[in-house]
Amino acid sequence: MTTSTIVLALALGVAAGVLAGLFGVGGGILFVPALVALGLGQIEAQGTSLLAILPTVLAGTWNQRRYGNLRPRTAVVLGVSSVLGVEVGARLATALPETTVRRLFALLLFAVAVHLVWRTRRQEPRYPDSP
Amino acid sequence: MRLVAIGLVAGVFSAFFGVGGGIVAVPLLILVAGLPERAATATSLMAIAITATAGVVVYAYRGEVDVAYAALVGLPAAAGALAGSAWQQRIRASTLTYGFAVLLSALGVWLLAS
Repeated sequence: MTTSTIVLALALGVAAGVLAGLFGVGGGILFVPALVALGLGQIEAQGTSLLAILPTVLAGTWNQRRYGNLRPRTAVVLGVSSVLGVEVGARLATALPETTVRRLFALLLFAVAVHLVWRTRRQEPRYPDSP
Repeated sequence: MRLVAIGLVAGVFSAFFGVGGGIVAVPLLILVAGLPERAATATSLMAIAITATAGVVVYAYRGEVDVAYAALVGLPAAAGALAGSAWQQRIRASTLTYGFAVLLSALGVWLLAS
């Protein structure tokens, strides 16, 4: 790993984190393209992204716990039941050709973009100038 | 049972794409499990900690996790996310959000082309 790669990785990390926090999306949607840009293959980028999101997720969970929004028992049931799904998802991703997974990821990016626009339009006040 | 079903779907989605899966879990928690929006977001976040850990194990078993890159990208991102979510409370971000949607679409086009 060269110095410029390290600097680029750090910069992409900060940028992805700020954007994720600002727009309320997970880091993974940005980490995967960032890691691909850094030279990782699609599958390796995805595995690495799952590790890279953990610090953000843990910090976010800590914050939410302070705000009192967290339902820990529900979260544990949800998380534990996801484990079987994780095995299935990873098998599917590794069984498919890497370009297919990459194209599906591109579609996911479009879907999140559309979702964000929809969510923002829904929240915009109808009469912006009224108090 | 509803929670287990949501967990399964979120797990498949998360591991298939290498993302947290909040984008499917949060709407399902609101619509199917009846959680209020803030509780759904917070609860999904904590569940993702478990889901992503399982994902790391499963991918690492296949030799597809680069720990150095994960640290280089993931640690500054946690600091960035704290700053980003603090700014979010203060700005009216609709124009910015459209810009971000364009950025995501551009990344999608780039991935399709590469």
